[in-house]
Amino acid sequence: MTKMMGADIVLESLERLGVDTVFGYPGGVVLPLYDRFPAHPQIRHILVRHEQGAGHAADGYARASGRLGVALATSGPGATNLVTAITNAHMDSVPTLFITGNVGRNLLGKDGFQEADITGITMPIVKHNYLVMRAADLAYTFAEAAYIATTGRKGAVHIDIPKDVFLEQAEFAWPERISLRGYHPVTEGDHAAVERAAAAIDAAQRPIIFAGHGIILAEAAEELRAFAEKTGIPVLNTLLGLGSIPPDHALAYGMMGMHGSYWANHAASSADVIVALGMRMDDRALGRFADMNPTAQVIHVDIDPAEHDKNIVATVPIVGDVKVVLHQLIDAVAKRSRVEWVRWIDDLRAGHRASMSVPPGRELTTQFVLSKIAAFAGREAVITTGVGQHQMWAAQFMNISRPRQLITSGGLGTMGFEVPAAMGAAVACPDRAVWTICGDGGFQMTFQEIATMVDERLPVKMAIMNNGFLGMVRQWQELFYANNYVAVAMSQPDFLKIAEAYGICGIRVTARSQVDDAIREAAAYPGPVILDFRVEAEGNVWPMVPAGAALHETIEAPEHALH
Amino acid sequence: MKHTVAALVEDRPGVLNRVASLFRRRGFNIDSLAVGTTDEPGISRMTIVVDGPAGIAQQVERQLDKLIDVVTVEDLTQLEAVGRELALIKVAARPDQRREILDLVEVFRAQVVDVSPTTLIVQLTAAEDTLDALLENLRPYGVREMVRTGRIALARGARAAGVHDHESPEAKRFHSESGRRPEGDLPFVTE
Repeated sequence: MTKMMGADIVLESLERLGVDTVFGYPGGVVLPLYDRFPAHPQIRHILVRHEQGAGHAADGYARASGRLGVALATSGPGATNLVTAITNAHMDSVPTLFITGNVGRNLLGKDGFQEADITGITMPIVKHNYLVMRAADLAYTFAEAAYIATTGRKGAVHIDIPKDVFLEQAEFAWPERISLRGYHPVTEGDHAAVERAAAAIDAAQRPIIFAGHGIILAEAAEELRAFAEKTGIPVLNTLLGLGSIPPDHALAYGMMGMHGSYWANHAASSADVIVALGMRMDDRALGRFADMNPTAQVIHVDIDPAEHDKNIVATVPIVGDVKVVLHQLIDAVAKRSRVEWVRWIDDLRAGHRASMSVPPGRELTTQFVLSKIAAFAGREAVITTGVGQHQMWAAQFMNISRPRQLITSGGLGTMGFEVPAAMGAAVACPDRAVWTICGDGGFQMTFQEIATMVDERLPVKMAIMNNGFLGMVRQWQELFYANNYVAVAMSQPDFLKIAEAYGICGIRVTARSQVDDAIREAAAYPGPVILDFRVEAEGNVWPMVPAGAALHETIEAPEHALH
Repeated sequence: MKHTVAALVEDRPGVLNRVASLFRRRGFNIDSLAVGTTDEPGISRMTIVVDGPAGIAQQVERQLDKLIDVVTVEDLTQLEAVGRELALIKVAARPDQRREILDLVEVFRAQVVDVSPTTLIVQLTAAEDTLDALLENLRPYGVREMVRTGRIALARGARAAGVHDHESPEAKRFHSESGRRPEGDLPFVTE
C-alpha cells in the first residue's frame, strides 16, 4: 500500500464516511490539514466566523438531514470555542463529529502556544473522544468515531489530532468492520418486557403517549402514528418531539411541559398508563418528578438504559431502538379505541384553548408574527430557534408538522444557537426554505455568521422577535422576583444597519398590518434577510408550570401566577 | 449504604479519568477505588465502593456501562462476594511495647513487615471491619502512617465476569496501541 500524509488520511476518511461538508476555522496546527483541502474537492469546507458557529452549524446540519455533522477547529481557543456547541449537540443526542488540531506530540503537556487539554475538557460532554498519536491510527479512529456518533443513542464524538500527526506518513487502512468490546447498542426490545407493556396498554383506561426526540432520531414517525392509531392512545410531544406527529392528527394533543398546554399537562397527570417513547424524562417536560403522575404505570422505551429509572421509575423499562420496539408493540397490542378518554381531553382542550391562542388586539405580538410565518412557510420549511420566550412561542404557534422541521436547543438551552444552526440546515437542505426565529438577545450572540451566509449564498430568513428584553428572564423576574427587573433590559443596535453592513436585505415591522408583506418580501429576496419585528415588550408565555411545580399545577394566565 | 461495583475496562489512556469524571459529574460518592490488571490482555479491573441510597448502584452501573471503554459492569453487592482490603500500618513501638503489639498482630493473623528501633509496619489483608478493629487496637500505641488499598472483590462460586466478545485483529491492534505516545524521537513541531 502507498503511504499518505495524515492530513490526506483525515480527508479521505471523511470522504469514505460520506461527509460532504465541514464547518471550520483554520489556525496554526491545522494548517497541514487545510493545505490538503484543495486535493479533496468532494468535501465542501465552509469558513465560519467563530468556532461556536461551526459547531452549531454542524449540529443544525445533522438535525435537518439526519446525517453526521462535522466541525473543525484549531488548537487552544479554537477548540475551547467549540465546547458550547459540543455540549449542545451531545445533550440533544445529535450525531456530530468535532475535529480539533493540537500542538505537536513533543509539545503536548508543555503548555505551549495555543495548547489546551481539549480531550480532558470534552471528556464529560461527549459520547467518546480520541487523541490520535499516530497517523496510522487516523483512519480507524474516524471509522470508529463515526460509528459511535451515529449508532445507539447518537451523540457527539471528538477527535483531537496533534500537528505532526497530520504531517506523518502512514498507510491508509480503512477497517472492514468496527468491533468494540464495550459498546453494543441494543435495537430489539426484550420480548417479555414488550409482552408486559402490551398487557398494560391493553388493560389501560386512560393511556397516554409521550413522544420525544428519539422518534425523530430513529426515523420512527410512521411507526408512532401506526401505534397510536391501533391503540387509540392520544399523543403528547416533548419540545424536541414536535414534528413526530402532525398537529392535525386526531390523536395529536401538542406539547407537554413547562409551556405545554393545559390539556396536555392534565392528560399527562391523569393517565393510568404512560407510554414514554424516545424521551429522557426531562424536568422541563415533566415538572416536579414526584408529582408528575405517581399512580400511573410507566412504560419507558429508550435506547439508553441509563435513562430508565434515572428521573422516573419505570414499571416496564424497554431498552431498544424506538422504531424497532414500536414494530414489536404494534404486533403485540390489541386494536381498540378510547372514546371516553379522548373525549375527556377534547373537552379539556375546548375549555382551555384561549391560553394557547394568538392574543387578540392590535399590538404586534410574537405569537401573531410566528403564526403568520408558519402559515406562509408551511411544513416543508425548516425552522430554527434560539432559547427563551420566542422558542416556546415557536413551539406553541408554528404548527410543527413533520420530523426535522423544528430545530431547537432543548437540553442545553443555548442562546445564540439559532443563526448558525439555520446556516447548517440551509447547507443540508438547499431545497428547503430556512427560517430562524431569533430573540434580540440570542441574535447578538452569534450573528457574525451572516458573513458566512453571504459568502456561501445561504438565503436564511432571520426573524428577530425584538422586544428589547431578555424576555424569559424578565418573565421570571416579573412572576417570581416581584417585578424586580435586573439586567434584562437591553439596548439594541439598529438591525437594519447590521443588514446593510453585511449587504443583505433588512426589513422592519412595527404593526400587524405590515407582517404579511414583510414575510413575502423576505421570502422573495434571493439571499439572507433580517426581519426586525418590534414586538410587545412585556408579553409572557402562557401556560406555565413554574419551576419546581407539578404538571397539574399549570397556570394559564397572569392573575393565577404566584408571587 | 455501601455498594461494591466491579468494572472490566479497556486499559487505555484516559480510562481512569473517564470513570472519575463520571462519578464527579453524577454526584456519586466514591469510598474507594482499586484498579489492577486482569488475566485478559488489555483489560483492567476496577473495584469501586460507592456510598449512597438504595438504587444508586443501578445508576452507577448503567452510567458506567455507557462509557465506551467500560466492557462489563457488575454490582457485587447483589451477589455473594468475597471482599478484601490490604492495609499497611506504621505503628509507634517502644521496645517495652513490642511484645503487646506482636500479640495483637498474631490475634489478627497480621504480619510484621518492617521493624525499626521505634516503629513496626503491620500488614493485614482482611475484610474492612477486621482492618478497622486492628486499627482501633493499634491506635493507643500511635499510628504514624497508614495506607489501605480499598476493597477488591470477586463473586463466590464458578460465576466469572469476563470478556466474551472477541475483537477483530485490527480492532485489537488499534485498541491496544492508539492514543499512546509512540516510542522514539518525535519531530519538534511548533504552531
